[in-house]
Amino acid sequence: MSAALHEMTLAMQARALAGGACSAVELAEHHLARVERLNGTLNALLAVGADEALAAARDADARLAGKGEAPGPLTGVPIVHKDIFCTSALPTTCGSRMLDGYVSPFEATVVKRLREAGTVLLGKANMDEFAMGSSNENSFFGPVANPWDTSCVPGGSSGGSAAAVAARLVPAATGTDTGGSIRQPAAFCGLTGLKPTYGRVSRHGMIAFASSLDQGGPLARTAEDCAHLLRAMAGFDPHDATSSTREVPDYAAHLELPLAGLRIGVPREFFAEGLDTTVGDAVHAALGELERGGATLVDVSLPHQRHGIAAYYIVAPAEASSNLSRFDGVRFGYRCDDPADMEDLYERSRTEGFGPEVKRRILIGTYALSAGYYDAYYRKAMQVRRLISDDFARAFTEVDVIAGPTTPTPAFAHGAMDDPIAMYLNDLYTVSASLCGLPAMSLPCGFAGALPVGLQLIGQPFDEGRLLGVAHRLQASSDWHERVPEAFERASDTERQGEERARS
Amino acid sequence: MLDSGADPPPDGAPVALDSDDVKAIAHLARIGLDEDSRRRLAADLNTVLELVAELESVDTSGVEPMAHPLEATLRLRDDIVTERDRCVALQAIAPEVEGGYFLVPRVIE
Amino acid sequence: MSWETVIGLEIHAQLATRSKIFSGASTAFGAEPNTQVSVVDLGLPGALPVVNGEAVRMAVAFALATGAEIGLHSAFARKNYFYPDLPKGYQISQMSYPIVGSGEIEVPLGDGRTKRVGLTRAHLEEDAGKSVHDAWPGATGIDLNRAGTPLLEIVSEPDMRSASEAVAYARHVHALVRWIGICDGNMQEGSFRCDANVSVRERGSNTLGTRTEIKNLNSFRFLERAVDFEVERQIDLLESGGAVVQETRLYDPERDETRAMRSKEEANDYRYFPDPDLPPLRIDESFVASVRERLPELPAVRRARLIEAHGLTDEEATALTRERAFAEYVETMLETPGVSGRAAANWVLGELFAQLNREGTAIGNAPLGPARLAALVARVEDGTVSNRTAKDVFETLWNDPSSSADDVIEREGLRQISDGSELEGMIDEVLAAHPAQVADYRAGKEKLLGFFVGQLMKASGGKANPGELNRLLRERLGRG
Repeated sequence: MSAALHEMTLAMQARALAGGACSAVELAEHHLARVERLNGTLNALLAVGADEALAAARDADARLAGKGEAPGPLTGVPIVHKDIFCTSALPTTCGSRMLDGYVSPFEATVVKRLREAGTVLLGKANMDEFAMGSSNENSFFGPVANPWDTSCVPGGSSGGSAAAVAARLVPAATGTDTGGSIRQPAAFCGLTGLKPTYGRVSRHGMIAFASSLDQGGPLARTAEDCAHLLRAMAGFDPHDATSSTREVPDYAAHLELPLAGLRIGVPREFFAEGLDTTVGDAVHAALGELERGGATLVDVSLPHQRHGIAAYYIVAPAEASSNLSRFDGVRFGYRCDDPADMEDLYERSRTEGFGPEVKRRILIGTYALSAGYYDAYYRKAMQVRRLISDDFARAFTEVDVIAGPTTPTPAFAHGAMDDPIAMYLNDLYTVSASLCGLPAMSLPCGFAGALPVGLQLIGQPFDEGRLLGVAHRLQASSDWHERVPEAFERASDTERQGEERARS
Repeated sequence: MLDSGADPPPDGAPVALDSDDVKAIAHLARIGLDEDSRRRLAADLNTVLELVAELESVDTSGVEPMAHPLEATLRLRDDIVTERDRCVALQAIAPEVEGGYFLVPRVIE
Repeated sequence: MSWETVIGLEIHAQLATRSKIFSGASTAFGAEPNTQVSVVDLGLPGALPVVNGEAVRMAVAFALATGAEIGLHSAFARKNYFYPDLPKGYQISQMSYPIVGSGEIEVPLGDGRTKRVGLTRAHLEEDAGKSVHDAWPGATGIDLNRAGTPLLEIVSEPDMRSASEAVAYARHVHALVRWIGICDGNMQEGSFRCDANVSVRERGSNTLGTRTEIKNLNSFRFLERAVDFEVERQIDLLESGGAVVQETRLYDPERDETRAMRSKEEANDYRYFPDPDLPPLRIDESFVASVRERLPELPAVRRARLIEAHGLTDEEATALTRERAFAEYVETMLETPGVSGRAAANWVLGELFAQLNREGTAIGNAPLGPARLAALVARVEDGTVSNRTAKDVFETLWNDPSSSADDVIEREGLRQISDGSELEGMIDEVLAAHPAQVADYRAGKEKLLGFFVGQLMKASGGKANPGELNRLLRERLGRG
C-alpha cells in the first residue's frame, strides 16, 4: 500500500481493516501521531485521549478478529467528536470557559452509538463557544485555522471538526448544525457534511444551543462516509422527546441513485446579491454536471428566503437565552471566586464564564422574549418561520431536491468579519433548512482560487438517502472531494518510514 | 400573556436601546456588565435589531407561529422509576457540596 | 365603608406518580438529599425532558372529576427566572394551552349550603427543589430531590368571599384529589399547597382591588389565619389612605401575620415561550375514555346513593364520603344482608373511627374489615345480641382477626335473652324478691325502674334484651 493510512477515506479504512491490511491500533497510532505533529498549527482539537483511544482500538481489533460482537463498517475507524457532545472520559467544554474541565456524568446518545459501532475516539474538537459562530473565532480556547489556508477561518461552529478532517487528522468527525454549523465549515474546508432532518439524530447529551433547530451530523470527505456515520448516529432515542421513531434506512446501501428523472430545484433567491461570483460559477458548474448526468434543473422561488436570517437571529438567540440559564455556577461548571451573595454568584459566574458573542446572543434572545416585545419579535419570527416552511413545501411539490451555494463567499481571513452582522450574513443560505427542520448537506464542488466552494443540497423531511445519493453521483464523476490541502498533502517522511517498518 | 413590561414600540418605529435598557435586559439574564460594556452591547444589539426589523414588513396575518419544525407530537413515557442514586457521581462535578447538599451563599426569602 | 373580600386560590397538588414528570427519578418523600435526581432534574447540559404519561392521565382525571374542559391539544412552556432551587433557570409549565380548561366546583359549606366556585384552569408543571437555610453559616443548601415532581396547578376564579369559603373550597379540592387517587394530600410533606390571592373592594363595586398573593400555605388553619390577617391589613391600609401594593407575601405562623417576601422573582418578566424540547401534547377521545374507565365513582354520586338508597342522613353521608376508603368500607358492609344503612353508618362513625383514632391506624389497615363488622351489626339488628354486648364483641373481633361474630357470640354465650316467657320468668322472680321496691314503684317512685333493670341484668348475666326487658318489666309493674 503506497497511500499513507490517513489518505484513506473512512470507507477505505473500513475495507482495509476488514481485509486485514491494517489494524485499528495502527490506524489509531498513525492518526494520534498526526494530531501530535499538526494540531498545534490548527488548534482543531481541545482534548486528546491517547490511552483510551488505544484501548478502544484494541477492542476493535478483537472484534475484527472475530471475538465478541460482529464488526460493522465503522469498527476500528478513528474519529473525533465536536466538543458539544458529552463524553464520559474526556471533558466537554463546548468551547467555553463556563465548562472548562467539565466532565459529564453521562454520555451523549450519539457518542454511545458511535462507540458501540466500534469507532475509536481520539479526542474532542474545538468549536465556537456554545455553537454560536460561523468562524470558530469565538472559542475560549483560541481560534481554529483552515488547513487550506491557515490565515483563514475553517468556518463554524464545527470548525475544529472540519479542520481535523480536512487536515486528515481523522477521516471523519461529528458536528452539529443549528443555522449552518456543519454545512458552512464543510464548504470552507472542502468536505462533505450533512445536517439531518430535525429529530433524525438524538439530542440527548448534545449541549443545546437552539433546541428546535439543533441537529448532530457527520463531517467526512465523501457522501459514502457520511452515509455510514449517519446510519450509526440516527434513530429514535427515548431520552429525547423530539426524536423521530421513523426507521433508519441503510443509507450506504442505497447510494447508487439514478439521476435520470431527478428534479432539482434551483431557487433564484439563492443566486441574488451577496453571492461571490466565483462561488456562483462553481455551483453552476456542478449543477450543469448533474444535468448532464440526467437530472432536470427547475427554476423555483422561495419568496421568504431573504427573511431567513432575521427570523433565525431571533428564534435561535431566544431559545439559547433560556437554554443557557442553567449555567449559573450552582451545580457544575464555572463559579466565580468568593461570591458575596446569590446575585453576585450568578452575575460574576456568567459574566466571567461566557464570551462576548454568547453574551450578545443571550441579550438579544432575552430581549426578544421580554414583556412587550414577545409579539413583535419572537412571535413574528415564528410566523415568518412557518412562511419559509410553506415556501419549501410548495417547492417540493415540483422538485425532489433543492440546490444552491452553501455560503455566499469562500473562507475569509481571521479577523475579517469583525462586524457581527457581516458574520451572521454568512448563514444566508443555510438558516432556512434549519428553521424548517429539513435535511441539508454541503459537498465540495470547486474552488475559488485556492479555497474550496460548497454546493448545498436541501431535501424533504427524512430524505437524507436521496441527498446522499445525489452527492455520491457527483463525487463519482468529479474529484473535488479528493483534493488535499497542500500543507497537509504529502505524508511526512516519518509517517512513510513508520508504515514501511510496520509492514516489514 | 406576560406580567409587567414597557409598552411595545409604536408600529414602524425602530427601537433603539440605550445602556439602561441593556442593564435591565442583562439583569434578567443575570449577566453583569460595566457601563462601557453596556454601551458597546447597546450598539451591537441595535445593529442586530436593525437586521431583524425587516420582519415587520412581512405580512403574517393569520399565520400560525411555528414553535416546532415538522408536525411532531409528544410521546408519553411509562411511570416507572428508572434512575438510581447517583448522588456521589453527580456531585463530583459540583463547585461546592456538603452533606449531600449543593451550597450557595445564604438566600433570604 | 363596607368592604367585600375577594379571594382566588391557586392550589399546587403534587401528583402521586412513582417517577417525576420529566425524568425517571423517584418521587418518594424523605430520601437523603440529592439521591433522587437524574441528569434531567439537575439540569445538566445535554439532558432533555420526557413526559410521564401518568401525570397527563391524572390531570385528565381531575378534569373528568370536576366536569372541566379537557385540553385535547395542550403545550408546555418555559417560565424563565433565576433561583438556586430551579436548576435549569426555567420551570417547565403550561401557559397558553393548559391540559384542563374552565369548569365549576360545587363546594359544600358545611351547613347544608353549597357555593359554586369557578375553576379557571388547571395545568401541569414541575416542582422546584428545596432550600435549607439554617444549617450552614452564611450558606444555603439545595436539595433537588423534589425538583421535577409533577404538580397540577389548580386555579380558581376569584369567587370566594371569606376565609372560611376559601378553606371550604380548599378542603373540598383536597378531598377530591385524594378521592380520585391523584394526590395523597399530605400537607405536612408539601403534597398540597395553597397560594391565596386576596383583595378587598367596596361592597357593590364591580372592579377588583389590587391583590396580594400569599404563597405556600400548607395547612387549612394557616390558610384561614393568613387570609383573615391579610384582609384586615388591606382594609386598615385603605381606610388610612394608603394603597395596597401588588406583591407576594408569606404567612408567618409564629407571629400570625403576613409579610412581604424578599423579591424572589423580582421583575416578574417570565418570558414564557413554547418549550422547544417538548412537541405539543395531543390526546384523543380514546385516551380520555381510558382515564374515565379507571376513575372511581365520584363522591357526590356515592353520597347521593347512601342517602337515597340506604337512608343515611346528609351529615352521615357527607362524613362517609370524605374519603373514598370510608365510602367503600360502608358500602361493602351494606352488601351483607340484614345490615341497614343507619346501623352501618353508626358503627363506622362511632366504634370503628374511635378505634382507628386510638391506634392511629388508617381505615385501609384496620384489622377488622367491613364483612366481619357487618356480620356483627347484622346480629345486633336481628336481636341476637344487644348493642352493649356487641361493643365487647367488636373488641374481640378487632384483636383476633380470625374470629367471626357468630363464633364469639356462641363461644362466650353472649346471645341476649329475648324470649318473652323466659324474661317474664326472670322478672317475676326479681319482683318477688323485692316487694318493698315494687310497692314504692307502684306508689310513684318511677326511678326505681333502673334498680329493677340493674337486678335483672345481673340475674341474666347482662344478656337480657334491654328493649324487651323494659317493655315486659313495665307491663308487669304496671299490673297490680
